[in-house]
Amino acid sequence: MGEYFHSVTLDEAKCKGCTNCIKRCPTEAIRVRHGKARIINERCIDCGECIRICPYHAKKAITDDLSVINGYKYRIALPAPSLYSQFKPVYGRNRILNAFFRIGFDDVYEVARAAEYVSDATRKLLSEEGIRKPLISSACPAIVRLIQVRFPNLIDNLVRLESPMEVAAKMAKKKAVEKKGIDPSDIGVFFITPCAAKATSVKAPYENKTSSVDGVISIKSIYLKLLANLEKADESKQLAKAGFEGLRWANSGGEGLAVGTDNFLAVDGIHNVISIFEAVENDKLEGIDFIEALACTGGCLGGPLTVENVYVAKSRLKQHVEEAKAVQKGRRRKLEPYDESIVWTGEIVYKPVLKLDTDIEKAMKKLEALEKIYSGLPGLDCGACGAPSCRALAEDIVRGIAYETDCIFKLREKVRDLAAQMKELEEKTPPTMS
Amino acid sequence: MAKSRMDLHYEIPADDFARAGEASSSVKKILVQLGIDPVRIKKAAISMYEAEINAVIHGGGGNAEVTIDADKIVIRIIDSGPGIEDLELAMQEGYTTATDEIREMGFGAGMGLPNMKRYADELDIQTEKGKGTVVTIVVYFHQQG
Repeated sequence: MGEYFHSVTLDEAKCKGCTNCIKRCPTEAIRVRHGKARIINERCIDCGECIRICPYHAKKAITDDLSVINGYKYRIALPAPSLYSQFKPVYGRNRILNAFFRIGFDDVYEVARAAEYVSDATRKLLSEEGIRKPLISSACPAIVRLIQVRFPNLIDNLVRLESPMEVAAKMAKKKAVEKKGIDPSDIGVFFITPCAAKATSVKAPYENKTSSVDGVISIKSIYLKLLANLEKADESKQLAKAGFEGLRWANSGGEGLAVGTDNFLAVDGIHNVISIFEAVENDKLEGIDFIEALACTGGCLGGPLTVENVYVAKSRLKQHVEEAKAVQKGRRRKLEPYDESIVWTGEIVYKPVLKLDTDIEKAMKKLEALEKIYSGLPGLDCGACGAPSCRALAEDIVRGIAYETDCIFKLREKVRDLAAQMKELEEKTPPTMS
Repeated sequence: MAKSRMDLHYEIPADDFARAGEASSSVKKILVQLGIDPVRIKKAAISMYEAEINAVIHGGGGNAEVTIDADKIVIRIIDSGPGIEDLELAMQEGYTTATDEIREMGFGAGMGLPNMKRYADELDIQTEKGKGTVVTIVVYFHQQG
């Protein structure tokens, strides 16, 4: 995979070249060119806002088809904690998990289980002395990428632990090898995802590390197949092993609760996250030890690749959580020992995508030109030029990827001037004729 | 070689808390576009923000004059407010003359000047009772000495 693989892509045929997505994008990563939306790869953080907002469903996420599992002899599904609440509450967690056996899988391993290990490790991190606070959860890949491009000063605040998905993948593989004696090369583990960002983090991990996940299948694409098998699925196998604290990760605030500090802040929705990060960067957020930040409104339950309304899903999740709580008698589940390290060793580097030039003198010249152009633009932020705002157009012009006449108001001004000149010329008659 | 420099000017409206911080946040965006080291941007943005807020709360509004060249940013926040009565006292953490009303809004914790001192590479405050205050902040873009 190249440096800029993105799960979020455009379906050219469906794109009408409207301005909905360019306006919504938190990193100003989309421009409309020749009637189609173009994603600026180095800016995209795969948050999926454009997928959600596009009225023509032209923005889509590249994920794997279910047939991807055919390439492996022993297939393990790793359902995200957000999966359970996609189905009616009459279907218990165990039934949903058993249905995976009917659609071609040989085992399932709940990512919620791994989330409990990550919570545990985060609790330990928080109690360490000298740790940089507030710690910021690294579970949402869109948030990590947002920090990479917009909040470099917060890179050191990220929790240096593998995500529950990666931990689950390793645990599931280990279990299959050790308990069932399966050859590691025969095992395929597949994440059942609520979002595009997770797919990107598997296909193109932050800094060239390899993911332990072999494929990413969207909840949306697998939903009907599971639904059709829920009635027939037997519940004899006890597969629902995750505790309530792991399940709660699906919801905004769930990770914070599991981490167990009173001083946590949970923020969801990418634009809200940006406001909070601005405050952290400006030293304006006091007394907070841990920040759980999720790109989607409502957390993973609001993921762009889920099927159920986020608020309905929240209510259902609560039932699953209550059931698990009852089983655990309200106590934290005692975790089986896991001796592998879940410390995240990848290096996260700042990607200064907003920089105008690598030479500061040139950058200053460009900035000056930018301000001048910007002051001449109408300030309507209409988006008709294909850029999200007048300022973004001014920036594009100095970057050499747009023209002032891309602005329809500027164009009209030019036409008007030209018309006036033509009229003036027309009135002039040669001396021989006057 | 003649070095380029940029001069920026912002108005700081009085008692408008909704807009307080707009100037420093614009300057921050500019520094990001210039490709300045993020750590330096943070120093400039926070110290300017504090001075800007002070001008809003205490100074009855004012102006921000910002000069940027390849090596540094010089921020001058000028107000015609009441001036700072006891500068030495004002530099102490937690010392505040802000009203309860302002503190209820989350401002006026007595950290403004101490934070400016902490983040600015150079800080100069000229204040005269009844006439106003000029705060000059310098942040260098490269490690000094």
